Amino acid sequence: MFGRLTLDAFKHDFIVMGGVATMILGLLGLIALITYLKRWRWLWKEWITTVDPKKIGVMYIIVALVMLLRGGADALMMRTQQALSSGASHGFLNSDHFQQVFTAHGSMMIFFVAMGLMFGIINIVIPLQIGARDVAFPFLNATSFWLFVSGVVLMNASLIIGEFAATGWLAYPPLSELAYSPGVGVDYWIWSLQIAGVGSLLSGVNFFTTILKMRRKGMTLMKMPLFSWSVLNAMILVIFAFPILTATLALLALDRTMGTHFFTSDGGGNAMMYVNLIWAWGHPEVYILILPAFGIFSEVVATFSRKRLFGYTSMVVALGAITLLSFSVWLHHFFTMGAGADVNAFFGITTMIISIPTGVKVFNWLFTMYKGRIVLKTPMLWFLGFVVTFTIGGVAGVLLSVPPADFQLHNSLFLVAHFHTMIIGGVVFGYFAGITYWFPKIFGFKLNERIGKYAFWCWLVGFCVAFIPLYALGLMGATRRLDHYDASLGWQWLFIVAAVGVVIIMLGIALQILQFIVSFFERKWNRDLTGDPWNARTLEWATRSPVPHYNFAELTPVTSRDAFWEAKQQGIDLHKPAKFTDIQMPKNTPMGFIIAMLTLIAGFSVVWHIWWLVIVAFVAIVTTIIIRLSDDNTEYILPAKDVEKFESGQIA
Amino acid sequence: MSMELTDKPVITQKDRYVKTQETDHSKTLFGFWAYLMTDCVLFASLFAVFAVLRNNTNGGPGGSELFDLPFVLTETIILLISSFVCGMVLLAAQRRARNYVLAALAIVFLLGLAFIALELTEFTHLVHEGNSWRRSGFLSAFFTLVGTHGLHITVGLLWIMVMMAQIMRKGLIDPVLRRLSLFAMFWHFLDVVWIFIFSLVYLLGSMQ
Amino acid sequence: MSEKTEKLPQSASESRVKLSSYIAGFTLSLALTLAAYVIVSQNAYGKKGIIVAVATLAITQFIVQMLFFMHLGHESGPRWKLLALIFMTGVVFIIVVGSLWIMDHLDYNMMSPKDMQEYMDSQDSL
Repeated sequence: MFGRLTLDAFKHDFIVMGGVATMILGLLGLIALITYLKRWRWLWKEWITTVDPKKIGVMYIIVALVMLLRGGADALMMRTQQALSSGASHGFLNSDHFQQVFTAHGSMMIFFVAMGLMFGIINIVIPLQIGARDVAFPFLNATSFWLFVSGVVLMNASLIIGEFAATGWLAYPPLSELAYSPGVGVDYWIWSLQIAGVGSLLSGVNFFTTILKMRRKGMTLMKMPLFSWSVLNAMILVIFAFPILTATLALLALDRTMGTHFFTSDGGGNAMMYVNLIWAWGHPEVYILILPAFGIFSEVVATFSRKRLFGYTSMVVALGAITLLSFSVWLHHFFTMGAGADVNAFFGITTMIISIPTGVKVFNWLFTMYKGRIVLKTPMLWFLGFVVTFTIGGVAGVLLSVPPADFQLHNSLFLVAHFHTMIIGGVVFGYFAGITYWFPKIFGFKLNERIGKYAFWCWLVGFCVAFIPLYALGLMGATRRLDHYDASLGWQWLFIVAAVGVVIIMLGIALQILQFIVSFFERKWNRDLTGDPWNARTLEWATRSPVPHYNFAELTPVTSRDAFWEAKQQGIDLHKPAKFTDIQMPKNTPMGFIIAMLTLIAGFSVVWHIWWLVIVAFVAIVTTIIIRLSDDNTEYILPAKDVEKFESGQIA
Repeated sequence: MSMELTDKPVITQKDRYVKTQETDHSKTLFGFWAYLMTDCVLFASLFAVFAVLRNNTNGGPGGSELFDLPFVLTETIILLISSFVCGMVLLAAQRRARNYVLAALAIVFLLGLAFIALELTEFTHLVHEGNSWRRSGFLSAFFTLVGTHGLHITVGLLWIMVMMAQIMRKGLIDPVLRRLSLFAMFWHFLDVVWIFIFSLVYLLGSMQ
Repeated sequence: MSEKTEKLPQSASESRVKLSSYIAGFTLSLALTLAAYVIVSQNAYGKKGIIVAVATLAITQFIVQMLFFMHLGHESGPRWKLLALIFMTGVVFIIVVGSLWIMDHLDYNMMSPKDMQEYMDSQDSL
């Protein structure tokens, strides 16, 4: 009846129980708060059934930031363990627990924090920036978000019911096969990623179509802002890389449930093929994460240097080059697997080449700043922090791209330091800059600038204190993912320094939470009354703040790059529509939420081998999809006079 | 393409299909095309796995022992004819000839069903002889690649049934026509994938 | 239900499809299919020759079906579909050929001591 699910699945050790208690208390607290504020109906009407990408984007970011807390807690545990565990002491985490912690840390940070922040900002900004009223497929967009949530819930459920994978965030076989991981952990990993991955793939199709087909009249591609270009390239990568992940996860699932021999050690399986395929996805994935961050920096640097972006064409070409090349480098993740000198040399060379377009971009940003009138607001600080850290991490990457060097450094803490530099210095700093930059557009007030600056410095200093020791440790030979290091190595003090660094980052996160709270209470004093709080350059600022759900009352054609800036220079006020027309908008719908919750049930059932429930849920999903896709009545008309009322602020 | 309506008045109908001015479906057709591209990459991954595992027969039989080429040729021609008839569906829809659309769809359905029946026969035969997907890496890859294509065909069959029901209930209204175009793209794409399964898996796999 | 006077839901940018397109596509595809079948069942060329022939016929039929069944290249306006297809074939090529190249070469760590000695000697002489 319940497959292999028994009461044993709920029994955990003391530390895990602490995590479980925190999560459950947090959830109960949230439910209590919503009930107290009598907001259930509002939540359903305005958020759960919404198809407005601005709201969907906000929800993505909230979920991502909550996952940042969970991933950060994992980081704190790992650093503490490695700081304590030397010689006779073995810290406080047993090996199996430690392995689940680093697996969860990586999986959550990449799939839920980074992807969540990315899709969140893309949802909020892209339709606005290209001057459109919506994405190409609003219902699909909502479904993608709820599938993402379904993946989040499934992975977090593993803490409470059962266990998680202890294989590392990419779950290489043979360790991830049934023979060596017979429990539910790897299955949780597979299915939460598979569900969230489908959501990402559909979003890729959605935004790819949106950018190509729904730009404002007159906005040719070469007049499009750089952030939109970066997202277009990232979505191309999503479209062509994510299916590889879908296939590979499915094959591993087949090995574990149907007795196939794709990656098993016996029966004619080839575990190395998994490594090959997972990185054929995995490398484009990291470019998927970074390109929109580059796009954000292009907008931020231009706005806060009060200067047009330097080298627009070369920036576009660089993005395209990175996109093409990112499909040619993936073997650098497994130089040591044994493909030999010729193969390694080819991929080493392509890896070195791909650093060049990124260099072009960094120089272009610096040239933009040159002779500009710099405004050192928080988004600009995040950019400056990025330049320093990303350059260091990038040259570490070029070192790693040399196969003989990589033979020494593969799977060392040097590698760990490199990719964290890229992800924190590049991806995280970029999305933090974006959140701060576009926050007033969505919420109608600015974030507290002073606390924002303090948070930034904690992150930057904390990051350096946490990861520079790791570069050193890696060069000295420290292997990654170990929960104990020999005392005779004399490394413990470096681990202690690194742990202090993480605490400083935690302080930065605490300050960011404080920033949200304080800004909310201070909002009356920080209202954005013009819709253009930063004196910016692109079309998303040609609306009031907060933006009405239809985005633009009037779709005035554009004639140049930096269309909003040009209009301002010519004295045209794009905030005042000349005439009002009826606007066709998509209706809210619960179908996306329903489909995703059914996939959650299906995923959970597969993990626990509750086969009858898998079939029931699957049939329900197919039925729901057919019902929705047969619906001809999915839009409504917003009458012109209501548009006028929204524009004048008479209705919110 | 903007979402803005023209100056002509638009009728808002509470429970019926909202009439719009645009019958330009290029956005949806393009989005579906992009999705088909992702499906191609999915199949490519499965092809890559098959290619790598082609000789991993684990002491068991390989393609030359297992593949019945005349049988597969029959399947191939059935699918090819169904792809042609699918074109007839679109031509009839263009003329708004509802009954022809229904008839052509029914033929595509029957041909697709025949294809699946043949494929299931082949699979059952293999399993009964002990050559299931558990036997070897080669067979795992074979069943998964060919089986995934078969699953897609099955989804197509379900789609046809839904389309026929919609045409009978609502007629060839605008959204129905749009969905027919999408279906046709899907069905043709499946025949294209089959070209490669037929050529690279069966034909080349049957060589000694 | 009554039918309404809508046009076929291709965008204004896509031209009307013609019967001749489907007939040509079907005939060519059938011929290419049968050719490949005959080549293999008659063992017409050597192993390498057959592989090249079958692959070429498959790719040709792919192009035929793209042109005649999917009406590729007939969109007016920017040819995004064509571009997406080309990019897809590039990625597919890289995945399949790249994987085969990599997987076929994974024997560096499997060398016997004798192989290792030979390898190192060959490096010394460079």
